[in-house]
Amino acid sequence: MNSGIPVEYYLVIATIMFFTGIYGFITRRNLITILMSSELILNSVNINFLAFNRYLFPGNLDGHFFSLFVIAVAAAEAAVAIAIIISIYRRFSNINVENVNELKY
Amino acid sequence: MEGRDIMFFIFAVVIIVFSVLTVTSRRILRAAVSLLFVLISTAGLYFLLNYQFLAAVQLTLYAGGIVVLIIFSILLTSQISHKFEALDWKKAIFSALAVIAGAIVVITTILKHTFAADTAAALEVNMDVIGKSLLGTGANGYVLPFEVISVLLVAAMIGAIVIAKKGSPVKEEEKKQIN
Repeated sequence: MNSGIPVEYYLVIATIMFFTGIYGFITRRNLITILMSSELILNSVNINFLAFNRYLFPGNLDGHFFSLFVIAVAAAEAAVAIAIIISIYRRFSNINVENVNELKY
Repeated sequence: MEGRDIMFFIFAVVIIVFSVLTVTSRRILRAAVSLLFVLISTAGLYFLLNYQFLAAVQLTLYAGGIVVLIIFSILLTSQISHKFEALDWKKAIFSALAVIAGAIVVITTILKHTFAADTAAALEVNMDVIGKSLLGTGANGYVLPFEVISVLLVAAMIGAIVIAKKGSPVKEEEKKQIN
């Protein structure tokens, strides 16, 4: 059922994707691009769950359902984040993180 | 090398190239489209792993729903022709160093570890099994997280509506104070 691809390949791809997301999270200054980086991170975690489930524990479905719930939470998170971003844009007329500091003082 | 292996390497290259483009592209709409390609290739990986249901969910919910939501909010809040200013090279280099160091640590750990596979027979994942597990209360049932997720979705929906509702705009002198 499994092809000749070892499980490590999936994990390495997920690792590269995860750290690319971290890089974007550190360097970006726009709220929407930060949100996109966090989507990358969540997606790489899903790949890990599914690869472990298929290769190491094919008799169970834990990884499958866990990534299903992760996708649902990511969708809810994206909806709320975009509502917040639009509300911030309405108040400050831009969405750079440096300019949004009203709650700081 | 079989067709599946070739497909795997195509998906891998697409994922790596487009995830780098997602975080480095200076035009925001291009970054969003790169994210779309990454998510579609991830669905391809799910198909290769024989999780057809989850691949379909990934395509409709992630590639269909979230990316469209992101593109809509980009259209609402940004100038399409606007280009981000180039990153400060110091910041770019140090962030890249930190990230590459972390990636090297994780990848060497993965490659050194030997993964012992379970010997249980592979379970076929069809809609019957998925539905019975999602609503089952037994040993392999997930009805509690299912219910919690539905409460979370309702809360997120109400929260999004309340937050994005039109509030009072900021007065001009207040805006000057902020800046």
